[in-house]
Amino acid sequence: MNTDQASDCTPTGDKSGETPAEKDSGLPMNRAALDEELKSILADVLGIDPEQADELTSDSGLFGHLPELDSMAVAGLLTEMEDRLDIVIEDDDVDGEMLETYGGLLTFAESKLAEA
Amino acid sequence: MIATWQAPLESGKDSEELLLSFDEGRDRRILILPALFDEANKMRRFTVQLMRRLNSAEVDCFLPDLPGCNDSLSPLSEQTLASWRSAVDAAAKQFGVTHFLSVRAGALIAPASLPGWHYAPQTGAKLLRGMMRAKIIAEREAGRDTSSDQMLTVGRSQGIELNGWFIGSAMLNQLETAEPVVGERITSVEQKALGGAGLWLRAEPDQDNAQSDALASIVLETLVTQS
Repeated sequence: MNTDQASDCTPTGDKSGETPAEKDSGLPMNRAALDEELKSILADVLGIDPEQADELTSDSGLFGHLPELDSMAVAGLLTEMEDRLDIVIEDDDVDGEMLETYGGLLTFAESKLAEA
Repeated sequence: MIATWQAPLESGKDSEELLLSFDEGRDRRILILPALFDEANKMRRFTVQLMRRLNSAEVDCFLPDLPGCNDSLSPLSEQTLASWRSAVDAAAKQFGVTHFLSVRAGALIAPASLPGWHYAPQTGAKLLRGMMRAKIIAEREAGRDTSSDQMLTVGRSQGIELNGWFIGSAMLNQLETAEPVVGERITSVEQKALGGAGLWLRAEPDQDNAQSDALASIVLETLVTQS
């Protein structure tokens, strides 16, 4: 049996494997690229179109504002951020402020990337 | 299509559990090992849709409930990964399966003796981390502070409730180090092969027939190559 089935398949419409060019080149991801990636993650979590995710602003409410975004969903969101942004989120990092709005989450991700 | 099966428990007794199956006595028979805990709910529709696709391609498939899950009368807190592995081995024998397909952390309890597929396998440590993180978020929201270390210390000796899931101490200890079962005839299928993002990420359970179809196609291709 083939031991690496995944590599023999042609993914269609796959965005999860893409990384911004800035990341590939080893330079820190800029704010625009990070904003795009974070919106893409939120679109996957909330099950919304990229166009809808594009409408998120700094003030858009997240945890505590969207009923479907419960603690399990937020935990999944943070794990996905770790995987796709290549950051590590500690227990102590997680607080209401960073999760309450899109702007808070973006600022948090930016500070984590700066540490890396 | 919906029946029951007898799952062995650590106590030596059996537990009658539900079984969803497409069984027409065909040659190719796949045991489906579901995602675990919260992800089981998120992935249920995807998993059953996958089974429908396999059935329409003349492949039998079996999705047994494990003791402690869904409508089981056995308490989840008494289950361990080891007891689930025994249940899976028993299921494989009872249904006479030729292959298995695991979803996410189902890979932790797969039978190493059978050929099969791990779909987006997950380690026990990562599964546990996500569940503990959700608990931390919920506790902080309620004004209580806790940490993964505190939860692990308590959980290792007494077991712990994580977001409504009662994880016994033996289960917790086993989850901390559990890795997807490896075997020469086991193929890992990563999410990127299906296109789009994994449905376990969704805040609400959702479906994506294109993804179920893509995984069914990968499984069927391998089966054709083998025969």
